[in-house]
Amino acid sequence: MRKIGVFVCHCGTNIAATVDVKAVAETLGREPSVVVSEDYPYMCSESGQNLIKDSIRDYGLDGIVICSCSPRMHENTFRKAAASAGLNPYMVEIANIREQCSWIHKDKAEATEKAILLGKAAIAKVLLNTPLIAGESGVVKRALVIGGGIAGIQTALDIAEAGFPVDIVEQKPTIGGKMAQLDKTFPTLDCSACILTPKMVDCAQNENIKIYSYSEIESVSGFVGNFTVKIRRKARYVDETKCTGCGLCTEKCPVKKVPNEFNLGLDNRRAVYIPFAQAVPKIAAIDADYCNMLKNGKCGLCSKVCTVGAIDYKQEDTFVEERYGAIVAATGYEIADVSRYGEYAYNQSKDVVTSLELERLMNAAGPTGGTLLRPSDGKHPHTIVFVQCVGSRCTPDKGKPYCSKICCMYTAKHAMLIREKYPDTEVYVFYIDVRTPGKNFDEFWRRAVEEFGVHYIKGAVGKISPRPDGTLDVQGSDLLMDEQLHISADLVVLAAAIEPSKTARSLATMLTASMDTNDFFTEAHPKLRPVESPTAGIFLSGVCQGPKDIPETVAQASACAAKVIGLLSKDKLKGNPCVAHSDEMMCNGCSNCANVCPYGAITYSDKEFRMPDRTTKTRRVAWVNPAVCQGCGACTVACPSGAMDLLGFSNSQIMAEVDALCR
Amino acid sequence: MNDLKDRVVRMSGSRVERCMRCGKCSATCPSYEDMEYHPHEFVYLVERGDVEKLLASESIYKCLTCFACVERCPRGVEPAKVVEAVRLIAVREQGKNRLKPDDLPALTDADLPGQALATALRKYAK
Repeated sequence: MRKIGVFVCHCGTNIAATVDVKAVAETLGREPSVVVSEDYPYMCSESGQNLIKDSIRDYGLDGIVICSCSPRMHENTFRKAAASAGLNPYMVEIANIREQCSWIHKDKAEATEKAILLGKAAIAKVLLNTPLIAGESGVVKRALVIGGGIAGIQTALDIAEAGFPVDIVEQKPTIGGKMAQLDKTFPTLDCSACILTPKMVDCAQNENIKIYSYSEIESVSGFVGNFTVKIRRKARYVDETKCTGCGLCTEKCPVKKVPNEFNLGLDNRRAVYIPFAQAVPKIAAIDADYCNMLKNGKCGLCSKVCTVGAIDYKQEDTFVEERYGAIVAATGYEIADVSRYGEYAYNQSKDVVTSLELERLMNAAGPTGGTLLRPSDGKHPHTIVFVQCVGSRCTPDKGKPYCSKICCMYTAKHAMLIREKYPDTEVYVFYIDVRTPGKNFDEFWRRAVEEFGVHYIKGAVGKISPRPDGTLDVQGSDLLMDEQLHISADLVVLAAAIEPSKTARSLATMLTASMDTNDFFTEAHPKLRPVESPTAGIFLSGVCQGPKDIPETVAQASACAAKVIGLLSKDKLKGNPCVAHSDEMMCNGCSNCANVCPYGAITYSDKEFRMPDRTTKTRRVAWVNPAVCQGCGACTVACPSGAMDLLGFSNSQIMAEVDALCR
Repeated sequence: MNDLKDRVVRMSGSRVERCMRCGKCSATCPSYEDMEYHPHEFVYLVERGDVEKLLASESIYKCLTCFACVERCPRGVEPAKVVEAVRLIAVREQGKNRLKPDDLPALTDADLPGQALATALRKYAK
C-alpha cells in the first residue's frame, strides 16, 4: 500500500480567496493511498516546508502532492524539501491550483471543484512515479558572447576578468555596436567614444577574450555546459594576420560612392574600408558588392598599395567550431523603419532625420565634423523640431506596442546640446508623455526646459510638408492650448522606435531560446531571473531582452556575466533525469523521433535481436543520449509505435491523470 | 456606461479607451480651425460619457470624413468613426437631415467620391 501525502497551499489569499482550501484538503484526504492531507497559508515558507518534511518522516510517505502555484515557481523548492526529508525529489507532484485555477476563476464552488480534480490527477500520477536520479555532466569552461556592442563587451570583460576564456562573435567588421555611433551620453553628457573605446581596446588586449569580427553563428548544438557552435567567418578579402590597419588601401580605392553605414548613409566610404578610426580589430574589409576587382576582375589597386601584402581577393568564408559551457545573447537593436509613416515625409526630405542620424550629424567624427548642418544644403538649421514616439506605443498593426524607453532622454540631450552650441537655434519637442525615471534623469530633462529654453509641446505631429523654399511645415497639436500649430522648421528629428536585431529570431531558433511577440528574448522570470533565458545555459545581455539605456545595459551585462561565471565555475552539472528512452522491442526504426528532436539527442543503431523461433534478426532501433535530451517529450508524441517514453512523464502517468480527471 | 455613450461606441465600433491622448488626430485634422470640439476631444468626451455636448455642437458637421485621423491614429481609436456616430445620432432624430436627396444632383460633379455623397446628405446646411 502506497502512502501519499497531500499539502494544499492557501498562497495567502491568492488561492484561498477563490478556492475552498479546507474542502480540497478534506476531499483529497479521502482518496485511496492518501494517508495525510493538510492545508497551510504559505506552503513554500520555512514552516510550511517543515510541515511537509515532518509528515514525510512521521507517516513514512513515499510520494507527495502539493496543491499550489505553477511548478515553474516552486517545484524546485518542494523537491529540495522532500530530498532533505529522505524522499526522492521526483516523488513530488505539483497540482497547479493557482495559475490554472484560482487566478482564472471567479466562482468559488467551480474553482474548488476544479482544484479537487487537479489534485486527484496529481495523486493518480504520483502513484506511478518512480524515484529518479539525476546524472552529471561536465562544464566546458569557455563562454560565447553573441554581439559586440556595449552589452556584449561588458559581459565578455567581466567573464574574462573572472579568469574564464570568452569569445565574442560580431557580425560587423568591428565591435562597438550602436554606442560607437553616439555623440554624447546622458545624463552626464560625456563623450560616448571616450568611455567606450577604452573598453573595446580592453577586449582586444585581454588574453582571455577572442574576437571573431565580421562573423556569424552558423549552428548551435548541445546543452548547458556543453554547447558546440559553428561560426562562419565571412570573407573580408584582407588577411587579418597581416593587415596593420594603416588605411592606405581605403585612401587609394577608386570606388568612392559606397553609402557609409557607420554614418547611416549620410556620407560615402570606399569599397575597401575600416568602419571608423577606433575600430577593434582595426582591420580593413572589402565590400564585395562594390569592389571592381571582385565584381569584374578589374582594378587591384588596394593590393598594389598594401605594403604588407594583406589583400587576398581569393579569400572565402571559413568556419570555426568551438565548444562552450555558456552562451550569451547580446544582439542589441536596430532603428525601426520610419518611412512607413508617410506623414513625417522621411522619404521626401533629407532634412527629416532619425535621432541616430542626428547623433552622426553632431559627432566630431561624423560626416560634418561635428558641426550641425542640414543634410540637404549644408546650412545651419535655425529651427529644429523633435517628434517623440515615432512608431512606439502603437497598436501592433501601426508599429511597436512598447515604449522604446531611451528616446525621452536622448531627445532632451540633443535639445540641450543644440541650444548650448547654437543659442540662436529654436528647439521644439512634441511629446505625448515625458518618461524619465532613473537616477538624475528627471532633473536632466527639466534642465532642458528650465536652463536651456527648449520648447516642450504636449501633443503630436500630424503632418510634415516640405516647402519649395527648403523649410518644412510641421503641423502639430498643442493639447494644452487646444491649438493646431504650424512650425516652419529647418530640420526635423524623429525619435524612431527601436526594435530587436533582425538576426535575433533565427538565433533564438538555433539556441532554442524563447522570444516574445516583439522578438525580444524572454527571460526565465521577469522579476527574479531577468538575465537568463528559460533554456538552460543561455543568458541575455542588453536590449535583445527589452529596451534599455546604456547604464541599465551595463548593469544587466554585468549581472549576466555573474550568472555565466557561476555556471562556469562549477565542475559538474546535475542533469534533468526526466529524459526520453526507447523500448527497443517496440521501436520500428522509422526515424520520426530523430526528425522531431530539437536537440539532436536521438541516434539509430542496428542491433541483433533473438526471435521466438530462435533465429536472430537485425533491427534498426532508436537510442536517446540522456545527456543531450532535455525532456521536451516531442519524440514520445511522434512515435507511432509507442516505443518512446519520457521518464517522469510516461504515457501511463499521463493517461492516469486523464483518467482521474474523467472519473 | 450611459446610453448615449453606449450607442456611439456600438455604432462606431471604436475603442475609445485605447486613446493615449497624444493628439495626433487633432494634429492631422484639416478642419481643425472650424471645429469647436476637435477630434481628440470627441474621443475624450465620448470616453467621459459627455455626448450631449457634442450633439449640440456644430462640430459634428465640420468633419470632412477624410479619415486622416483614422489612418494616423497610433492606437487604432478611429476618431472619424466616433464623429460619424455622434452625427448619426443627431440626424436620425426627425427632420435633422440637412440636405434633401432632390438637392443633390445640382451640387455634385463627376470627381466627387461616392463616400462624400453619403455623408453630405446629413452634413451640409447650404
